[in-house]
Amino acid sequence: MALIELTDVRKVYRMGEEEVFALRGVTLSIDHGEFVAVMGPSGSGKSTLMNTLGCLDRPTSGSYFLAGQDVSKLDHDELAEIRNKLLGFVFQSFNLLPRTTAQENVELPLLYAGTSSRERRRRAAAALDRVGLSGRAGHTPAQLSGGQQQRVAIARAIVTEPQLLVADEPTGNLDSRTSVEIMALFQELSATGITILVVTHEPDIAEFASRVLIIRDGRVKSDRKQTPVPAVVPPKKPEDDL
Amino acid sequence: MNPLQIFRIAALALLRNKMRSMLTMLGVIIGVAAVIAMVAIGEGAKARVEQAFASMGTNLLIVMPGSVVAGGVQGGSGSQASLTWDDFRAIRSECPSVRYAAPQLRTNAQVLSEEANWSTTVYGVSPEYFDVRNWGMAEGTRFSQSDVDAGAKVVVLGRTVADKLYGAGAQPVGQSVRIRNIPFVIVAIMDKKGQSAMGQDYDDVVLIPVSTFQAKIQGGLSKFLTGTIFVGAYSASGTAKAQTEIENLLRDRHHIEPGMPDNFTIRNLTEVAGAQQEGTRTMTTLLASIAAVSLLVGGIGIMNIMLVSVTERTREIGLRMAIGAKRRHILAQFLAESLALSSLGGLVGVGVGLLVANRLAAQFGWPTLIRPDVIAISVAFSALVGVVFGLYPARKASRLDPIDALRFE
Repeated sequence: MALIELTDVRKVYRMGEEEVFALRGVTLSIDHGEFVAVMGPSGSGKSTLMNTLGCLDRPTSGSYFLAGQDVSKLDHDELAEIRNKLLGFVFQSFNLLPRTTAQENVELPLLYAGTSSRERRRRAAAALDRVGLSGRAGHTPAQLSGGQQQRVAIARAIVTEPQLLVADEPTGNLDSRTSVEIMALFQELSATGITILVVTHEPDIAEFASRVLIIRDGRVKSDRKQTPVPAVVPPKKPEDDL
Repeated sequence: MNPLQIFRIAALALLRNKMRSMLTMLGVIIGVAAVIAMVAIGEGAKARVEQAFASMGTNLLIVMPGSVVAGGVQGGSGSQASLTWDDFRAIRSECPSVRYAAPQLRTNAQVLSEEANWSTTVYGVSPEYFDVRNWGMAEGTRFSQSDVDAGAKVVVLGRTVADKLYGAGAQPVGQSVRIRNIPFVIVAIMDKKGQSAMGQDYDDVVLIPVSTFQAKIQGGLSKFLTGTIFVGAYSASGTAKAQTEIENLLRDRHHIEPGMPDNFTIRNLTEVAGAQQEGTRTMTTLLASIAAVSLLVGGIGIMNIMLVSVTERTREIGLRMAIGAKRRHILAQFLAESLALSSLGGLVGVGVGLLVANRLAAQFGWPTLIRPDVIAISVAFSALVGVVFGLYPARKASRLDPIDALRFE
């Protein structure tokens, strides 16, 4: 069975008297280890789809099976537990706790999982090592560059060893060189079996994925698999340092 | 997640905003410090009153002659010689609630030693007077009933008089002083009693046997007791009963018709002390209530800051929810923050309050009275303030929708 099975998922918001149809019947299946880019103009419903897939929101109708479990009927706290166990999030604005060290930021999800403090330290250190920041564990976000902050956020997302990583415009606040670095990291993680969903509006970012979904008017407009372009960080040019 | 971890998260969040946390705590600190200092002041004042009355004598009643009315002009208390020595003896023998009764005659006189002289109050008393007034001897032995019977020329000096006549700390027992040119042998120096509530020096007195007083100072034996009678009851609660007994006895002996006013006055010092204590208790309650209001205001300050904090940290709350925090985790975290602020503020407030209470006590010369129950109550109350005023902001935080919270700018 696939990791994600969406069947005729619809989402209706009430805005005063009006009803807004954000999703108008999405049926979708994503396998373990896929690297999916989700694209679409603003207002297309891609954010709603991501929130639904990320278990932050429940569909109005339809079913959503995540890792074999129907999560479309779970309540607030049950969804929180699913998010903690199966999901990792990466945001455009990093969302790291200010004045808190990288190590402590990464430990945060484990705190809610009830992991012992020694185990938390060990796993957070391992996650930071995986994103190449083992030397920066004691730094606070203010002492890190944007790319490094996003790496800390990725370490925080993978520290619980989730099945699915949901990234919402992860390169939106980064320069193109750092963006490629982050996408290289995602490709690396994907190779180890983590399923990755990246929401983006940049076509060249979507090229690094193995599958591209285009959403329009609350429906999947196109769904195509592709050979991902390997993310190779270009050598530093002298003017980058200016 | 165990409570310790929740408090750790709360502590980290508070440390991220040190200045704000301090200022928020200040409200509680001032509130608790005010409660403790105010109660200490009230208790100190109460103890001072108790002390003052205790040195007057315990369970004390004072029987005074009535006032004289001459041509429509009413004299003061004691202006009429309405008490007789027979009245005094009757009080002693016929009132079951009366433990001691002693006459006190007084006059002012110059007392002379070899080197110095001093104007003081001379009392003529019986030995029971020392018991009524709870007055021990620092040196020597007080005069006895046989001295009274014999009209002996002996004197007991108050500490102040001894100091004035013989120098501070002198031990003049055995020497003699002259009062109205009559030599008296000093048999004892009394314990120091200090000042009365009015600032009068209790130790500026000399005491001689009442018989000697009548014979040598006042002149001539008389049927009337031209002073007051000090009465000691068996217990504080017995003073009211003793008062009634004496009143009935004297009205009967003086043939006062029912409905007519007494021709004597009985003062019940226990009642006066009780009224004074009631007064200080009211003051303590008033001061503590005002202080409690400031504690309440401190609590509202906490709520205010917690609400600001929840709004400011909406994205943090959204993130915490996204990575797996349940509603109760968020609720517990914010409650723990306000609880930590208020109880830490309470503890610091106790320290400040004790300091202030000590300084004030030193200033007024009161005993420092720290009531442990007040400390416990104010710390518990400040913790309660934290929970009560933290609950609304914490609930608000825990009810946030993770998507809206993450999108919050």
